[in-house]
Amino acid sequence: MELQRTIKYEADRVKGFGREIMSVPGCEQLESCIQCGTCSGVCPLSIYMDFSPRQIMAMTRSDFKKEVLSSYTIWLCASCYDCTVECPRKIRITDIMYELKQRAIREGYAPKGFATPALARSFYHMVHENGRVTESSLVIKMLLKSGLSNALKTGLGMWRLGLNLIKTGRFSLKQETIRRKDELAQMMRIADQSDIDRLNGNGASATSEKGAHAQH
Amino acid sequence: MKFSYFPGCSLKGTGKAYEESLLPVLQALDIQLEELDDWNCCGATAYMAVDEAKACILASRNLAIAEKMGHQELMAPCSACYLVLNKTKKYLKESPAVHRVVQKALGSAGLTYSGNVPIRHPLDILVNTIGLDAIKKRVKRPLKGLKVAPYYGCQIVRPYATFDSAENPTTMDRLLEALGASVVRFPLKTRCCGASLTGTLPEPGLLCSYIILKEALKRGADVIATVCPLCQFNLDGYHDKIAAKWEPVRIPTVYFSQLMGLAFGIPAEQLGLHRCIVPMKPLPELPAAAAPKAPAVAA
Repeated sequence: MELQRTIKYEADRVKGFGREIMSVPGCEQLESCIQCGTCSGVCPLSIYMDFSPRQIMAMTRSDFKKEVLSSYTIWLCASCYDCTVECPRKIRITDIMYELKQRAIREGYAPKGFATPALARSFYHMVHENGRVTESSLVIKMLLKSGLSNALKTGLGMWRLGLNLIKTGRFSLKQETIRRKDELAQMMRIADQSDIDRLNGNGASATSEKGAHAQH
Repeated sequence: MKFSYFPGCSLKGTGKAYEESLLPVLQALDIQLEELDDWNCCGATAYMAVDEAKACILASRNLAIAEKMGHQELMAPCSACYLVLNKTKKYLKESPAVHRVVQKALGSAGLTYSGNVPIRHPLDILVNTIGLDAIKKRVKRPLKGLKVAPYYGCQIVRPYATFDSAENPTTMDRLLEALGASVVRFPLKTRCCGASLTGTLPEPGLLCSYIILKEALKRGADVIATVCPLCQFNLDGYHDKIAAKWEPVRIPTVYFSQLMGLAFGIPAEQLGLHRCIVPMKPLPELPAAAAPKAPAVAA
């Protein structure tokens, strides 16, 4: 048995991480979390999570950046918004999960070989290239991105579904696309050029975050 | 009555039966639709996980196109599209910084968005604008004896309960009753189906779908009615895998619009019913045909 230290020291935390998250519009209410656990209780996926939603809220607030951003939990959130609706402190937990997902991808914390972030990235690129999503080829791309052994395992488990979709005329590899792809590309370039790369109220915390990246 | 129409990718792909049934049903009720010109993907849930500002731009392009087309209201039948468009509308109101970037991006394409277009789900339009009386008048073949579990899924009422309760929505229940169906009491009506996790992390994703299917059978339903293409996909597509992992829970899942079409006397083949992987029994046999515990049939 390999012993692992389970208690984190103050020095293990990334100071300011919680503040940074709470400065993002929509995430401010995290500050008022009373740790009641309603979010974990209603979450249909919490039984599979490494940290429950309640723990993620506490850990985010307490600057456990590395643990939060590399957790499976954020990728198990299916965006059903039950926690958000039920939270007695009106914390937009699902939106905080989105914020954490974005950071995990941007800063390279997303767990490798985990298919959910792979799907998010494939989806994102497909929309950028074509403006629309073709579901069947999206699944194939996602499988390829999730690593060969994962792809084979999941892909083999899906062959019957694929056959059923073909039989019912619901499977198509023809790439759906918009006509004005250039227009969309131009719009996205403007997002890249603007000084906010996420929903910040002002540019200040975006700068401080870049500082935090450099330290990490 | 005329609406602009945002189909979204699913209604042109794996969820085409939703569009195939919704269009004739709306036509029968004198609702005209005009599809958004050159619409793009709404971003669904996956896009928001990568870049929020861009997700807002993506959804806003559709809202701006809808405004340009000049209709009063925009209809979005897919739950993910419906939520994302509403969410974007709210974000733009709440955050001046995002609003500025989005306007700049839209401006580069000669588009503007004033924030005025209401985004409506067809269920809301049908029950709250057209009204149950008008729908009842159109019923030619009541769904007598058909026991339906009304399954709403999550994003149609959460986080914004725009036209119904987030905890216990009843719009579809009332609509199905107006069609003559028996509505099964279904407390899991807004529980998550697993969404795209069924494809990425099958163990937890499929458990969500399994629980819903099992509950519908336990409550004696002949069929599950849904409003969302992803819910339909999950509840219809994974019976084999669920049977292999837990137990067979074979019950068909159809769109509420397909049941409407049947009640309106529109032939099943014009309603995309042949696209169900677990087929729904033809109506005349219905009361007798409920065989919920039938084992999974090999494809």
